[in-house]
Amino acid sequence: MKELNLTLKIWRQDGPDSNGSFDTIAAPGINDEMSFLEMLDLVNERLINEGKDAVVFDHDCREGICGTCSLMINGQAHGPQKGTATCQLHMRKFSDGDEIVIEPWRAAAFPIIKDLMVDRAAFDRIVESGGYITAETGGAPDANIIPIPKPVADAAMDAAACIGCGACVAACPNSAANLFTSAKVAHLNLLPQGQAERHARVEAMVDTMEEFFGSCTNHGECQEACPKEISIDFIALMNRDYLAAKFKNRRTLSRK
Amino acid sequence: MQLDAKIPDGAIADKWTNYKFERKLVNPANRRKYDVIVVGTGLAGGAAAATLGEQGYNVKAFTFHDSARRAHSIAAQGGINAAKNYKGDGDSIYRLFYDTVKGGDFRAREANVYRLAEESVNIIDQATAQGVPFAREYGGLLDNRSFGGAQVSRTFYARGQTGQQLLLGVYQQLSRQIGLGNVALYNRSELVDIVVVDGRAAGIVVRDLVTGQVTSHSAHAVVLATGGYSNAFFLSTNAMACNVTAAWRAHRKGAAFANPCYTQIHPTSIPQSDDFQSKLTLMSESLRNDGRIWCPKSPDETRPPDQIPEADRDYYLERRYPSFGNLAPRDIASRAAKIEVDAGKGVGPLKNGVYLDFSDAIARLGRDTIEERYGNLFEMYERITDESPYDVPMRIYPAVHYTMGGLWVDYELMTTVPGLYAAGEANFSDHGANRLGASALMQGLSDGYFVLPNTISNYLAPLLGTKPVPTDHAEFQVAEAAATARFAGYLAIGGTRSPDAFHQQLGKIMWDYCGMERTKEGLEKALSEIPALHEEFRKDLRVTGSGEATNQTLEKAGRVDDFFELAQVMCLDALTREESCGGHFRAEHQTEEGEAERDDAHFAHVAAWEWTGDPANPTRHTEPLEFENVHLQVRSYK
Ligand SMILES: Cc1cc2nc3c(=O)[nH]c(=O)nc-3n(C[C@H](O)[C@H](O)[C@H](O)COP(=O)(O)OP(=O)(O)OC[C@H]3O[C@@H](n4cnc5c(N)ncnc54)[C@H](O)[C@@H]3O)c2cc1C
Ligand code: SF4
Ligand code: FES
Repeated sequence: MKELNLTLKIWRQDGPDSNGSFDTIAAPGINDEMSFLEMLDLVNERLINEGKDAVVFDHDCREGICGTCSLMINGQAHGPQKGTATCQLHMRKFSDGDEIVIEPWRAAAFPIIKDLMVDRAAFDRIVESGGYITAETGGAPDANIIPIPKPVADAAMDAAACIGCGACVAACPNSAANLFTSAKVAHLNLLPQGQAERHARVEAMVDTMEEFFGSCTNHGECQEACPKEISIDFIALMNRDYLAAKFKNRRTLSRK
Repeated sequence: MQLDAKIPDGAIADKWTNYKFERKLVNPANRRKYDVIVVGTGLAGGAAAATLGEQGYNVKAFTFHDSARRAHSIAAQGGINAAKNYKGDGDSIYRLFYDTVKGGDFRAREANVYRLAEESVNIIDQATAQGVPFAREYGGLLDNRSFGGAQVSRTFYARGQTGQQLLLGVYQQLSRQIGLGNVALYNRSELVDIVVVDGRAAGIVVRDLVTGQVTSHSAHAVVLATGGYSNAFFLSTNAMACNVTAAWRAHRKGAAFANPCYTQIHPTSIPQSDDFQSKLTLMSESLRNDGRIWCPKSPDETRPPDQIPEADRDYYLERRYPSFGNLAPRDIASRAAKIEVDAGKGVGPLKNGVYLDFSDAIARLGRDTIEERYGNLFEMYERITDESPYDVPMRIYPAVHYTMGGLWVDYELMTTVPGLYAAGEANFSDHGANRLGASALMQGLSDGYFVLPNTISNYLAPLLGTKPVPTDHAEFQVAEAAATARFAGYLAIGGTRSPDAFHQQLGKIMWDYCGMERTKEGLEKALSEIPALHEEFRKDLRVTGSGEATNQTLEKAGRVDDFFELAQVMCLDALTREESCGGHFRAEHQTEEGEAERDDAHFAHVAAWEWTGDPANPTRHTEPLEFENVHLQVRSYK
């Protein structure tokens, strides 16, 4: 165990329409076994003891799976450790005397709710527009009726691993949501069950995405920031399907 | 209070079919005339809201999360059971039923469990049709593995992220209904009260977590699918925001709370590392398929694990339970670990864990196979502890993980308040005193996709032509005013300690006296300490910030307040249940070998508590349990 004395520069903002600014908070005596969010818990505990407002930040599972946590740490979405969500980052990645700048996701499509908490509802709108397979409850055929080659199931799973955190958007210079959207498109469009709606799906989802988010110009920052290391190859797949959707005669969908 | 379980007539295998035929139906064209509120959008609530929306009802769904995809179900790692018998190893609906009743230590209702086993197979079909990418064999068929407490391979999984993938399936179905306008979703909205008018559930009062505004919503029926209450212990494997408020507020409005003392302690979590720890991280039980659990034979052992020779290691599960070994059920494996650690044989810097060792499996199967099976779990472990399980054995210790207790429900999942239903972990129904691994996902989805959508029409059909109670009704106004006053009250105390500080102290009392091992003396101590601490909370709480904007400290205060009341009934329930069964171990009731000793003559019943206005003095009611198919026997995993 090592003890760290840190200086935090934390973004504080009262609400979506107010102006925000950085608050400098000293954080002495931080145990390096703590997680980053436990460090913030402790800072909040101290703020409350001083009668001040705690810093608002989103979090829940604290095991890198719910996608709720979301912080820009020293300018990097989810901080310095590759393939790691903020909640899984530990203080041993920092050194005594460090200054750490903590900001919310910054993107027009993710308005700030308070301090470090943002509204990511635009992601839900994309899924609502077509990110599903129509399969109402009841009447599903036996699960083993369609064998799915393991490499296909594995690739679908690679894409489905996205946790919907929004780091890809935050890291992108254009605030594009192509990595997130393509992960859902690929998950469903790779599977045999997803074929019937393949073209309608990609069209609806991409069109909705474009209502909210910027355009992708292939910087690749998203893949670097993604805590689940979702590959930008899925963006290429989405683009191909989108183009095909524009020309596909849907009445011939059952033919290759 | 009457506890009528409404179990249908007929042989066990016919009950659900008979019920579905005999219940009242609502004609598809009439369904849009009904409003249904679903609180919670995890596996149970999300599945129920989506399915009811598909069927044509007007659904309003509520969650305190920002999106339905964040519910705590997302964190389930290991898998989901189903009696598909795809491996041809002798599984069947009856066997899953039998294992679940026995695994629950004969404290669950047979008819419910049988229905769960029946629906299990439909869940897998449904999820696959939705695109849930379950693991597959090279031939393209679905893969299965065996999971704690089962001697057949019936567990379906999606890498180490089964809960995530099943929840995304639910989320997608729900999103489709939202897009179609059949379901309206209210996110970042926390239920803070239930409203009952003329003895029926009339609606709910919610607090908008962004604006602090309190509003009412009414409907013909209300479903609570708000998860479990493990966070009463402060440290648990549950997500930070999991809480009991919805169920507790329902309890205060007349819903009986059943078996609150049945808590499951999961044997394989990463041991606590310091005092600032905010939660415990589970390492999937599936690891026990290939890992061997041991501790040093001597409490004075100081060598690193790889230098401790075989002769000085105690593989205590393999020794004590030769036929199940490392796969012994959770309650048994947890208690065994506690015995070793209490005897001073714990490992790690705080001597608070035991080893889960993969070196034999790596030697036998190769590192690649182990990486394929558990790679993401090993990575997660390393991120937290800075140690690689490929090189050093993992350290594990039991942690509070799941609550079998919950709102009492009848066969239709209706609570003791007509029109108020409870589904998923929030109800008490199917797991008795101990839940088997991979059975909670199954129960949540069975409740949400298949049970509720079938049972709710029985209540709704006679209400055709009625309107929900308007939200300007006096009862709603009173409840809104009370909720507003409650939250303003927390802000006004102006004491010195944060909600977290109180929560931590409450959690310690619960873990010490109502945790893995309970005694009369300890429980009585807890029952005197908890009200005293609650009193301090009322006088000395400090909540900073305002009530008119996002304020997580204030949210926390409300949740902790409810945990204080729940904690008392948990201890009372543990105190009055003078036996040991499943997750409830009373030190006074054990065999000479230290195994749990049930008392079927006096306790083969569900205990359901009724709110009286005084959290220290609720009334205990019982629902007798009858075992007509699986005969009462001593559970043995030797
Ligand atoms: C780490 C971990 C691993 C697990 N692994 C497995 C496994 O491998 N297999 C298995 O079968 N089970 C597993 N379980 C158990 C299982 O995941 C849960 O029991 C199950 O997912 C609970 O689902 P649910 O729908 O009942 O509740 P949840 O998923 O917890 O959903 C609760 C919902 O209610 C909402 N809510 C709660 N209170 C309120 C309120 N007051 N107002 C508004 N909304 C509210 C929440 O926002 C959320 O949407 C695991 C559990 C944990 C903790
Ligand atoms: S693609 Fe990666 S970064 Fe983007 S939302 Fe999904 S998990 Fe987060
Ligand atoms: S808090 Fe759930 S992913 Fe970080």
